[in-house]
Amino acid sequence: MESSNAIEIRDLVVDYGTRRILNEISFDIRQGEIMVIMGGSGAGKSTLLRCMLGLKSPTSGHIHMLGTDICHASREELYKLREQMGVAFQGGALFTSMSVAENIQLPLREHTDLDENTIQIMTRIKLDMVNLLPHENLMPSELSGGMTKRAALARAIIMDPKLLFFDEPSAGLDPITSAELDELIISLKESMNMTIVVVTHELESVFAIADRIAILGDGELIQVGTPEEIKASTDERVVNLLNRTPRESVVDGDQHLQRLTAE
Amino acid sequence: MTMNKAISNIGSNVIESVEQIGRTFNLLLIIAWKILLPPYQVFPVIKQIYFIGARSMTVIIISGVTIGMVLGLQFYNTLERFGSVGVLGSAVALSIIRELGPVMTALMVVGRAGSAICAELGIMRISEQVDALECMAISPDKYLVAPKLLGGIISVPLLNFVFNVVAIGGGYIVGVVIFGVAEGSYVNGMIDAVVWSDVRLGLVKSLIFGMLITLICCAKGFYLHLSRYGSHGAEGVSRATTDAVVISSISVLFCDFLIGALMS
Repeated sequence: MESSNAIEIRDLVVDYGTRRILNEISFDIRQGEIMVIMGGSGAGKSTLLRCMLGLKSPTSGHIHMLGTDICHASREELYKLREQMGVAFQGGALFTSMSVAENIQLPLREHTDLDENTIQIMTRIKLDMVNLLPHENLMPSELSGGMTKRAALARAIIMDPKLLFFDEPSAGLDPITSAELDELIISLKESMNMTIVVVTHELESVFAIADRIAILGDGELIQVGTPEEIKASTDERVVNLLNRTPRESVVDGDQHLQRLTAE
Repeated sequence: MTMNKAISNIGSNVIESVEQIGRTFNLLLIIAWKILLPPYQVFPVIKQIYFIGARSMTVIIISGVTIGMVLGLQFYNTLERFGSVGVLGSAVALSIIRELGPVMTALMVVGRAGSAICAELGIMRISEQVDALECMAISPDKYLVAPKLLGGIISVPLLNFVFNVVAIGGGYIVGVVIFGVAEGSYVNGMIDAVVWSDVRLGLVKSLIFGMLITLICCAKGFYLHLSRYGSHGAEGVSRATTDAVVISSISVLFCDFLIGALMS
């Protein structure tokens, strides 16, 4: 039976040593939607993303992606699945010894037998989509922060993936570049019918692009819903996150003194 | 408390070392298997032969000539006392072909290319470039490490050959040109003394050293994230590079003894 969910996460638990990073996370990401995963620092967003990319094995639980259980898939199955995935990393992760165009062409050269002319044309189409066509011969070190993210996005979509993961698209960018990237993400969903997973904590971006939002806090899934449902949430942690309310920490005087003076 | 901490530190160091050795040899096995499978990385291997081999030529030639001259000088001074300067050529050639050539070549390659390989892979690891390859369904061990390993295995014996030639030439300059040892006795003594087993020993050593140093340097950088300083960013890369050079150099010296003992 064909599921309408592109990704199904069930009872996901991730521990780093004795520290629990993700605790019993379960939610679905539907095909063709933009799902934003948000939460404060240390909420477990990046760990969840690494699990979804198959870069981190969970302690327990399952992640079904396009019908494949990536937690129990062989390396071959994982690689087959990854050919249908695109990932734009937070820092771009462009190969510094290659030009922008060479970076974008790499998946095509490794996974297809396309002739040189077709590879060049496809590269330029993707570069044009992200407004980087005039900069195809630049090296990654010559790009600005926004250009790096757009180049990473072009590389992520070169194989026309069914699933696109975007880690912190707005981090470190000015508001205009950030808004341009948001528009680009929406246009990608509309033009290429991709399922897009965005990990971010930039509230403006979240409400601009999200079809649904999953909010994490201290390793727990607090809420999943549409932007309207999230805005209407009465959960204190969600309200604090949306209103940017600083966390209040209760200080035990004796414990604090012991921490400061401990050998 | 302090005693417990010291024992705990020793224990964790031992565990980490055993893990590192296991990971390194596991990487070797993975690569040995993957290089047999298509697509074959011909151009990247040539690129690595250029980087590890061709670009190390200057340092190999300079160190080879210098070491050959030093050997020529020391042997001449010693042999002169016994009136046996006639065996200068064979003494220089045997020392270089059997021992100094493979060892010095490997140490020079560790310093020049090994450290660069480790730093390059370490930086790729911390800047998520290795993860990006994984996510593009491109095997990073085959794409990044295999060409370097093959480049090292091919380059080091070739560099060793160059080192041997120029070092013997250095000994010739000191012995024949400066001290006036008869050219015939230097060259003929060398030809008579050096037999196939000496050349084979040098070749086997340089092949093993080439594999060993590139493997250690690759593993140190590639698995930087699994080491205890993996999350230390630039400092982590710097420490991994230092460790790679130190461990490679010690391994070369230890294996030199081991191979010499087994093959002599």
